[in-house]
Amino acid sequence: MQALTSRAKVVGRKPMTFLEKLYIPVIAKAMGITFGHIFKKKPTVSYPEQRRTFSPVFRGVQVLNRDEEGRERCTACGLCAVACPAEAITMEAAERLPGEEDLYKEEKYAARYEINMLRCIFCGLCEEACPKDAVYLSETLVPSNFNRESFVYGKKELLIPHPLKEPEAYARARGERGS
Amino acid sequence: MAEEKKLFKVTIDNITVEVEPGTTILNAARRIGGDVAPPAMCYYTTLKGSGGKCRTCLVEVAAGSTADPRPMPKLVASCRTNVMDGMVVKNVTSEKALDARKGIVEFLLINHPLDCPICDQAGECSLQDLSYEHGTEGTRYTFNRRVFEKHDIGPYIQLHMTRCILCYRCVYVADQLTNRREHGILDRGDHSEIATYIHKALENDFIGNVIDVCPVGALTDKTFRFKNRVWFLKPLDAHRDCPRCSGKVTLWNRGEEVFRVTARKDQWGEVKDFICNECRFEKKKTADWVIEGPTRIDRHSVISGNHYVDTVAPKETLPEVMGGRKPKLLMDINQVSEVNRKDIDLSGIQGPAHSVDFEKENS
Repeated sequence: MQALTSRAKVVGRKPMTFLEKLYIPVIAKAMGITFGHIFKKKPTVSYPEQRRTFSPVFRGVQVLNRDEEGRERCTACGLCAVACPAEAITMEAAERLPGEEDLYKEEKYAARYEINMLRCIFCGLCEEACPKDAVYLSETLVPSNFNRESFVYGKKELLIPHPLKEPEAYARARGERGS
Repeated sequence: MAEEKKLFKVTIDNITVEVEPGTTILNAARRIGGDVAPPAMCYYTTLKGSGGKCRTCLVEVAAGSTADPRPMPKLVASCRTNVMDGMVVKNVTSEKALDARKGIVEFLLINHPLDCPICDQAGECSLQDLSYEHGTEGTRYTFNRRVFEKHDIGPYIQLHMTRCILCYRCVYVADQLTNRREHGILDRGDHSEIATYIHKALENDFIGNVIDVCPVGALTDKTFRFKNRVWFLKPLDAHRDCPRCSGKVTLWNRGEEVFRVTARKDQWGEVKDFICNECRFEKKKTADWVIEGPTRIDRHSVISGNHYVDTVAPKETLPEVMGGRKPKLLMDINQVSEVNRKDIDLSGIQGPAHSVDFEKENS
């Protein structure tokens, strides 16, 4: 049969020599590799005390943005939901009442906004589709948990802290990414 | 004297079609169909006197007729110009017409707000389609857009005057379909607006049809306001025995919930059978209707997304393999999710939902 590649090796079937039958030289060589790693640089970091720097294009958990006055930007236009290939996003819209102008930027807002993190594939299409810069993917990982129910993120989990009332939490949540 | 009617031969974009005398260029082009038909924002087949206002249907006439083959000096509005025998019309093959259309879209968008994310018409808006196909990407207009004092025209219809392009379709509907017209266009020029002169609700059995004829989001259904986006709803053809109207409608469902009822639109976005207010606003239950089947939506519309026609669902093999037992669900999303809750009936609320509607069911 013709070989598929030029790198194919023919396996030798000749009997082992006495030295090979002892196995000791091979074991010593293998242990040499093992102990050699003690003196090498550790590739792991002890998360969460130590954190690696993310690449600038890293896509983490979504954040629902507020504007500089702390009003919610989202108008529940549904473009993120229709762009989502995993169909992870759902929402329900409501009309802003008089007196709620400091809460919501526009006349219509998302009363409910949910992302099912079990479905989300972090492709970033929601961020791309958003006409209001209301949703973007941050540099934070989705925290792990034991039950599935906690992975359905509502507005409580997604909304960024208020920039005027909680400026520190806002800056932390915003990271380097948010606009 | 049964003399056979002479048919006019007219060539539109190098395609020849024979039409009866008295047909407009637009209707002759629609006989051919496809890209040849010019877009129309104000012309409406069933409304007498409509057309000639928006100028989006401008075409170039390369030869007037066989008798007088000189070209027409200017572009003509195809919805108002009748065909002549031997007329040669250029629509998509004419650079002049396409360029003019681009300018007209820019003019229509000068005062039109870019609030498509909020607007309920988004996804089925003629102006959206038109600007996507024929418009430019940006605007050159730097001044403030015109604003209007808000008019409340009743519990059923929401008027957004800023979005209006003054096509007069709703005025013709009120004139020709209902027995009394209470709204019209007030003032002139830049100040002209759709309004009732003295603030009052539009009350008429057929006035709901102004929602369907409006090419933009200026007149929208208040009972559907902000409830859902049209592309998340499933359109179904349905009918009921209505003593007033034909009762042939399109239901916009989400599951069993009827979010909106509209009249059926044909391929040109025009309604043939107008429906009454009772069908449109009062019958928001699936039980009220006899459902005929899913509405055919053009593949290029965003509404057609995830609506599959003529598909066969694959056979469910799990119960067979598991000896009749149903698979154990690790999580039922309906119990976890706050959206689409059973105890809140969004379609049942008259008018848009507010924060109080969502807080109420939390307690």
